[in-house]
Amino acid sequence: MCPAEVHKAQELVYELQIGQLMTRRLITAAPEMTMRQVKALLRDNRISGLPVLLDGELAGIVSIEDLILALERGELDVPIERVMTCNVQTIRESELAVRALSVFARAGVGRLPVLDADSRLVGIVTPGDITRGVLEALQHAYEDEEIRRYRASHVFDDIRSDHTSLVLRYEVLVGDFARAGRASSQLKSTLNRLGVDPRIVRRVAIISYESEMNIVIHSTTGGELVVEVAPEMITLVAHDGGPGIPDVEKAMQPGFSTAPDWIREMGFGAGMGLSNINACADAMHLISSASDGTRLEAAVQLKPPTEKASHETAGNR
Amino acid sequence: MKLQEIVESLALTVRAGHGSLDTEVTGGYAADLLSCAMAGASKGVLWVTLQGHLNIVAIASLNELAGIIVTEGKPVAPDALAKADQERVPILTTELSTFEVVGKLWELGVRAVEQRS
Repeated sequence: MCPAEVHKAQELVYELQIGQLMTRRLITAAPEMTMRQVKALLRDNRISGLPVLLDGELAGIVSIEDLILALERGELDVPIERVMTCNVQTIRESELAVRALSVFARAGVGRLPVLDADSRLVGIVTPGDITRGVLEALQHAYEDEEIRRYRASHVFDDIRSDHTSLVLRYEVLVGDFARAGRASSQLKSTLNRLGVDPRIVRRVAIISYESEMNIVIHSTTGGELVVEVAPEMITLVAHDGGPGIPDVEKAMQPGFSTAPDWIREMGFGAGMGLSNINACADAMHLISSASDGTRLEAAVQLKPPTEKASHETAGNR
Repeated sequence: MKLQEIVESLALTVRAGHGSLDTEVTGGYAADLLSCAMAGASKGVLWVTLQGHLNIVAIASLNELAGIIVTEGKPVAPDALAKADQERVPILTTELSTFEVVGKLWELGVRAVEQRS
């Protein structure tokens, strides 16, 4: 299992309730039955233990371990009330799977009778039930994501137009360091779902993160990231309402920064942002004025035109 | 090498992301400038830094880093630890300097990875 799936499985044991995982088909025994009869029940139903009921109330539990002991002692015909475990550990159906796991680990029992809110016996749960339940839920989660990915990555196939593209807009607030990176993180997972090459996703994520941080740090009004995803290209526009960059050429130089000291102490404002963007983009354009604020456009090719052009040239020869 | 082994070898204190120490560390990177970390640290990389504020978590999460080592006993902001737990980003702290940490990581066989894909 890869780490992501381990996380999901860990999450699931905190999400799934015992009621969703337990076996509801209850096979029970009565106190006056013999171990020989229990042996037949265990064998015929292929189970490893069963609750013992007296007047509909849980009175004890007998397990395959008790049966082995009875076999060794030659006590197959004694009533089970004399060998069963009486102080039975139980669990509520509304409790989480993780609680059952901790009881199994701590108490060393192999099964837990499950009670409802009125303390009635409604099922039984074993470590195997939990494993099976978690695996099924994992499978569902995986299939859901696969379906989402499939739908998203084929979104361009079924839409008829001369030029189809998807526009994603993210609002960026000024000075909002607590949420900084949120737009880039959402953009990244969306591009992954759209089936974009991970190397391209990484470049776009760097461009959007730097643009996002520029707006958070430098703008007076906040701004917006607008990302257009087309089959052949991703374009990103980051714009804000001011104050504008007095000297764009200077701002493009690596190491040039106007950030105040407190921003620099956080590790921002080193004058690397725009050159990072430039390095990741296939094309970049920055316009800025005191009146209209700053507008940064960056494009990343999905299908390199140079490669296509060289194919065509080869074909024409 | 698993992050857990590095935590043990360097006697790092695990401050957040306790459940994510089973990650494979693919390389190392050291910088205190976030732009550099954004560009230079890629998936699976262990990032060594002096920064301890909230935005280091965004970088780690966005770049799917294996974890962050905050050096020289620099305090890590409580909101950064909370966010890191939520995003399952291991934050490890040490009294050692960045220079010493990097040296020890190198001795363990952790190397630089190629920058930019």
